[in-house]
Amino acid sequence: MEKANEKKILGMDQHDLSLFMKRYGIVFIMVGMFLILSVSSPNFLKINNITNVFSTVALNGVLAMGMVFVITAGGIDLSIGSMLALASTTIGIVLQATGNIPLACIAAIIICTFFGLLNGLLIAKFDMFPFVVTLASQLVIRGLGYVISGGYSFALANPKFSKIGLGKLWNAIPYPILILFGITILAFILLHQTKFGRYIYAVGGNINAATASGVNVFWTRVGSFIISGFCAGVAGIIMTARINAAQPNIGIGYETDAIAACVIGGTSFAGGISTIPGTLVGIIIIGLIYNGMNLLGISSYWQTICKGLIIIGAVMLDTIINKKR
Amino acid sequence: MPEKKQETNNIILDCQGMSKSFGGTHALKDVTFQVKKGQVHALLGENGAGKSTLMKIIIGLYKADKGTIFFEGKPYQVNGPAEAIRAGISMIHQELNTEPYLSIAESIFLNREDVHGKSPFLNKKETNRKAAELLRQFDFNLNPKILMEELTLAQSQMIEIIKAVSCNARLVIMDEPTSSLDSEETGRLFRTIRNLQSQGVTIIYISHRMEEIFQVCDSYSVFRDGVFVNSGELTEVTTGDLISMMVGRKVESVFPKVDCEIGEVVFKVEGLSGKGFRDISFEVHRGEILGLSGLVGSGRSETMRGIFGMDPLTSGKIYLEGKEIIIKNPRDAINKGIAMINEDRKNFGLCLFRSLRENVSLPNLRKLHKGTLINQNKEKTEVRDITGQLRVKTASIEADAFSLSGGNQQKVVLSKWLMSKPKVLIMDEPTRGVDVGAKSEIHALMSKFAAEGMAIIVVSSELPEIMGMSDRILIYHEGRLNGEIAREDILNGTADQETILAKEFGE
Repeated sequence: MEKANEKKILGMDQHDLSLFMKRYGIVFIMVGMFLILSVSSPNFLKINNITNVFSTVALNGVLAMGMVFVITAGGIDLSIGSMLALASTTIGIVLQATGNIPLACIAAIIICTFFGLLNGLLIAKFDMFPFVVTLASQLVIRGLGYVISGGYSFALANPKFSKIGLGKLWNAIPYPILILFGITILAFILLHQTKFGRYIYAVGGNINAATASGVNVFWTRVGSFIISGFCAGVAGIIMTARINAAQPNIGIGYETDAIAACVIGGTSFAGGISTIPGTLVGIIIIGLIYNGMNLLGISSYWQTICKGLIIIGAVMLDTIINKKR
Repeated sequence: MPEKKQETNNIILDCQGMSKSFGGTHALKDVTFQVKKGQVHALLGENGAGKSTLMKIIIGLYKADKGTIFFEGKPYQVNGPAEAIRAGISMIHQELNTEPYLSIAESIFLNREDVHGKSPFLNKKETNRKAAELLRQFDFNLNPKILMEELTLAQSQMIEIIKAVSCNARLVIMDEPTSSLDSEETGRLFRTIRNLQSQGVTIIYISHRMEEIFQVCDSYSVFRDGVFVNSGELTEVTTGDLISMMVGRKVESVFPKVDCEIGEVVFKVEGLSGKGFRDISFEVHRGEILGLSGLVGSGRSETMRGIFGMDPLTSGKIYLEGKEIIIKNPRDAINKGIAMINEDRKNFGLCLFRSLRENVSLPNLRKLHKGTLINQNKEKTEVRDITGQLRVKTASIEADAFSLSGGNQQKVVLSKWLMSKPKVLIMDEPTRGVDVGAKSEIHALMSKFAAEGMAIIVVSSELPEIMGMSDRILIYHEGRLNGEIAREDILNGTADQETILAKEFGE
């Protein structure tokens, strides 16, 4: 319960204000960053830069849209970074062998989804901790990437394929942004408007109550990891197309950004609380952090430090606003 | 018993003009509350009457907006439970917070550990010796090295009480101490309370159970809606008087059972066995309320969990409307038309941080579909409908379940199961932690649903509830059925509380 201070802030009493901040506080932060960056850096608002922000964001965004399902259901998926590498090498092998782009993409998605399924089955069937299972499975997945590529990176030299990462619709909207857009809409519908989504919230919010209400807890948990794997596969396609090469050593640390985006966007690590729009805002904020620091000429070493501090700040802010929990 | 003179200076706790509000609502308004030294003082009131708020102010969890407290004649103000304990006031919470992996001795002396000389190294021998001595004082034959997680709830509670006394508490606040105890454990608790009283410890006893209050308490105070209503000696009042003070109106009967027509057999179990129960057979008819009575741990709840598919059955058959059915998990049970209100509302009943709407519709989503999507308009209408019918008090169906009072939370749980229109409704402790007003509403609802043709099985540790509501009572003793009593026997006086208790104890 709140303390009984009846101060008025911005014309609202404190209770209403905290509710308002809880729902939309993060949007203000995003808008604030936009304003600060557009004032402090003349290049920020240029079309080129904005599309650049969004296309970097696209990759992380697709990953975060998968991660939000896992965290909301009370889990965590540390294996998505290594899935990017596995997707990349898979695409490389299939493209080299057949030259068939759709086949390569489908193969990448299937293999990542399969490993998501495997993660989920291990976690739900044997009731192991998601942190430990995915920490271990990422080693297996990354190792597999090295095995099938023989440890080498190789250029794809396939201009058609690289269009997925670098091309633009009507010469204006980069395809990765369209892909993020599509995945976001799918995620929104799935999480907020279907039975499955409701079950994700119930399982993460109180797994016992979910079981007692007849929710199929097993497949709900497995489902969350399948979605995460699927999203990692899609992100892997974007990444491979952008660098136009198959590399077994990419994707390290990408799970951190995806988790950070979820948390900044208001996802509770205890499970059961999250929204898709919030996650999208979280992704954009992270993109702005990177872009802003680049524009301001901050070295990448300091960028890493700043990112860490900003994530801690965001979580702290969220905890303070949601104090009663 | 020491002589009790009506002097003014034997008041140990004196709260004057206490006020406290949260946001816009007044939880306490100018409340006066006095407790005499050496008494067991009952604090009564419906949920939300302000009892917990005042207790939380006393132990320093909340700060009062206005008011002064005197403890043992001196002004008293603390900034948290640790300071309150040092000042001589301890609280035994309804939901115990124990460290599961500490031993009994370690948890009693947590934060007061013995060390060797002035070194930082623990003197475990000394701690264990002191703990063993305390346990002996309370006639509690347990090894102080046992881990807390191995204790039953009643035992952990006893450890909390022992801990309070070992901190030299002169005032112990007990919040619903018997809500999870069976009659034997309750008896033991009462002996401990007498023991404390003879040592000069004063006790504030919060409970919804009237018969207990008359059994163990000396005096009472009643709160209603954050206001002090009355106080006095319990010898001067009746249960009816206290209830009408609490609700502010005369309650005709706490258990307004309406007799209705009992139809054919809907549900039947044969030779059911599982962990904690053996060879259970019974049947329930359409429109019938079947009561299951027994000590906590006698196998009542365990049988219900087994039927509902939450725990495995080792043998036995279940029939619904004459056909044998197999239930592997709660989903099967729900699909077949069986619903169960779990005794543990927080762990098995609700997702506390999700909205009332989501909680109510969770087991009913199958019926709220439009293609692959949830039909959100239909969902809202139906949830509003059912929660309105059950008179859930809430600002909106989008409010968190967390924000509701215990009674309203229980009505949300009822809503979610009634929306599924079950053929068989299992209710395990349906009125636990629910205030008097909501309690009689829930009882009235039970009659109503029985009249509509539902078969209801109710498990309750409160004998008056079981006796007042059931058409038939089955009595458990150590995992087996040990007798059956019909409503007529209770109405014509051939069976009473003692008959049932005797069967519960195996006679």
